[in-house]
Amino acid sequence: MSDLLHISSSPHVRSKVSTSGIMGTVLLALLPAALFGIYNFGPHALLLILISMATCVATEAVYEHFMHKKLTIKDYSAAVTGLLLALNLPPSAPWWIPVIGGVFAVLVVKQLFGGLGQNFMNPALAARCFLLISFTGRMTNFAVPESAWGNVVDTVSGATPLAALKAGESVDIMSLFLGNVQGTIGETSALAILVGAAILLGTKVIDCRIPLTYIGTFAVFVLLFGGHGFDINYLAAHLFGGGLMLGAWFMATDYVTTPITKKGQLVYGVCLGVFTGLFRIFGGSAEGVSYAIIFCNLLVPLIERVTMPVAFGKGGKKA
Amino acid sequence: MAFLTFKGGVHPYDGKELSKDKPITDYLPKQELVYPLSQHIGAPAKAIVAKGDHVLAGQKIAETGGFVSSPIHASVSGTVTAVGKVRNNMGNMVDAVTVENDGKYESIEMQKVDSLDALSKEEIIKRIQDGGVVGMGGAGFPTHVKLSPKEPDKIEYVLVNGAECEPYLTSDYRRMMEQPELVVGGLKCILKLFDNAKGCICIEDNKPDCVAKMTEIVKDEPRIEVKTLKTKYPQGAERCLINAVTERELNSSMLPADVGCVVDNVDTVCAICRAVMEGRPVIEKIVTVTGDGIANPQNFRVKTGTSFAELIEAAGGFKGSVEKVISGGPMMGFAMFDYHVPIVKTSSAILCLTKDVVAANEESACINCGRCVSGCPARLVPSRLATYAEEGQEELFVKFNGMECVECGCCSFVCPAKRPLTQSVRSMRKMVLANRKKPK
Repeated sequence: MSDLLHISSSPHVRSKVSTSGIMGTVLLALLPAALFGIYNFGPHALLLILISMATCVATEAVYEHFMHKKLTIKDYSAAVTGLLLALNLPPSAPWWIPVIGGVFAVLVVKQLFGGLGQNFMNPALAARCFLLISFTGRMTNFAVPESAWGNVVDTVSGATPLAALKAGESVDIMSLFLGNVQGTIGETSALAILVGAAILLGTKVIDCRIPLTYIGTFAVFVLLFGGHGFDINYLAAHLFGGGLMLGAWFMATDYVTTPITKKGQLVYGVCLGVFTGLFRIFGGSAEGVSYAIIFCNLLVPLIERVTMPVAFGKGGKKA
Repeated sequence: MAFLTFKGGVHPYDGKELSKDKPITDYLPKQELVYPLSQHIGAPAKAIVAKGDHVLAGQKIAETGGFVSSPIHASVSGTVTAVGKVRNNMGNMVDAVTVENDGKYESIEMQKVDSLDALSKEEIIKRIQDGGVVGMGGAGFPTHVKLSPKEPDKIEYVLVNGAECEPYLTSDYRRMMEQPELVVGGLKCILKLFDNAKGCICIEDNKPDCVAKMTEIVKDEPRIEVKTLKTKYPQGAERCLINAVTERELNSSMLPADVGCVVDNVDTVCAICRAVMEGRPVIEKIVTVTGDGIANPQNFRVKTGTSFAELIEAAGGFKGSVEKVISGGPMMGFAMFDYHVPIVKTSSAILCLTKDVVAANEESACINCGRCVSGCPARLVPSRLATYAEEGQEELFVKFNGMECVECGCCSFVCPAKRPLTQSVRSMRKMVLANRKKPK
């Protein structure tokens, strides 16, 4: 043996869970939604996903190289941002949309605020909202690319399910659940997203707190204020349509931009549900998930402050 | 059946299979024995022997330095060769008495009693104090002080801590399997001091044979029962154990007695039994020598003062290239740079690891995942506390209850970014305590 022993402060063992392992699991869990998007919308969707991920990873690498920082692309967090951004893009977006979005997400939202763990907004969603405001026409054109394989998408109505719902039309719940409807690349199939969510829950990357309080609160809000009373079809259309499932399971659960306290996570979920309901039902656009999440990201410090846990033995039961 | 537990905690690899089936074997020291004068919390003992004196096993070689203090006894017969500075298992130079073993193991005459009934409460405490009994689970708090609360009648529970939640350690397990009567005997001594208390022997559910054995042996004892705890680290931490068994909570400014509890580790209870019934001071210790870097993991009964190095040799020596030698378990033990140091009353294990995972993992940025919050038994937010500590923000650290930390290590263990959270919090706690002691 070597003569020199290692010393360090205890504990001397570590769990096997690592940042890159967590991010890798998220990538894996996003795979069903991504694959379904490609199957649904054709090779152009694949192209957008690849461009988006490449842009995000490259932006991080270039920035860190020129700022003389440690290269962190191996933690896969930039890849996750890239994939999430792509899944939030309409399938017919031009190639430069994910390039601009990717650079904005990683450079402005993430790195300029200090890199991983320091961003106060979800980078992918912030970039999506930035793109929505800057290129409204292209970002709200949900036409299916001509190169799409087969004829899985119902293109007759020419509108997303939520837009149809808002216009007073009814939608087919089964096709909403399976995903052969219009929408962004990754949001259409609730089924594929729930498979991914099961992976995240099974590997304990996330727990149910935020998604369930979010979806639950939103459901109650829709029942109370949706104007349709207790209409299961209307409720199901709201739950499976649009970005709610993708947002609730994958973006509202982003560690960095959610409260670290357990109670705070419940409060955060409720806030998300209320704001999504407000935006969807009373707002001008049919969608509301992205804005609700980035808005609630801003509330996180406040939520954390009021939900700090009571330390053990400080105010609990005494003899 | 739902086992008793607390909120928080983690599940590290427990490594107990290496040594759990190895019966305790006696090890007789080959080299000289070293007795540090401070093997406990409180004032160091004062040496009452000088170089050249002849001592017997069990003879007091240092007397108490105050009420919160404990005497030290020689564990072998032989000649005092030095009274001076030596290195201890925490790497510090401390005062100690060194004795050269004459190999005869001549003992002083011990003052046995036939029955507990013959002793008054005061006599029991006196015998515990004279026997040099301290918290042998690691803390080293003098037991006679712990057993002298202001209002003994208000003690409702005497908890024997047999959780042994530290990974790799099997000394308490072996003790309970091989000498359960000592555990029960010691508990009876304590119960005699507290008329209104019931005794609970608390064991984690990963030791079902142990639970069965203890349950069988106490079945005719009306005041004693066995409690099965869920296997989870740090189940054996005093506050967690009290919470698991009684649902009571206590914070850093309270003592177990404040919630009607007295907690003693299995080894301590055995030492109490020996001291009270046999008049035999603490001169032996069960030590687990284990880890993937040890050729033949063992549980030894050793004389206090024996060198760690000797025990490593006795367990077959190192296997492979050992990177870390730890005094104690992997969660709260001390990594040693020199293992030629003596076994003291609080030593329970020598753990030799071939891979230092702490050095192998590179620290990265906090991703706010909250695993440290879920794992913290003190219900703190370790990632924030560590950041306050690193930034030197003492006020915020104290405001967010940093002083409530028990330094169990759960946060560092679970952190996916591999941040040394416990280390940062520990440093800040030391600083705050030091600042409080400074005269204003």
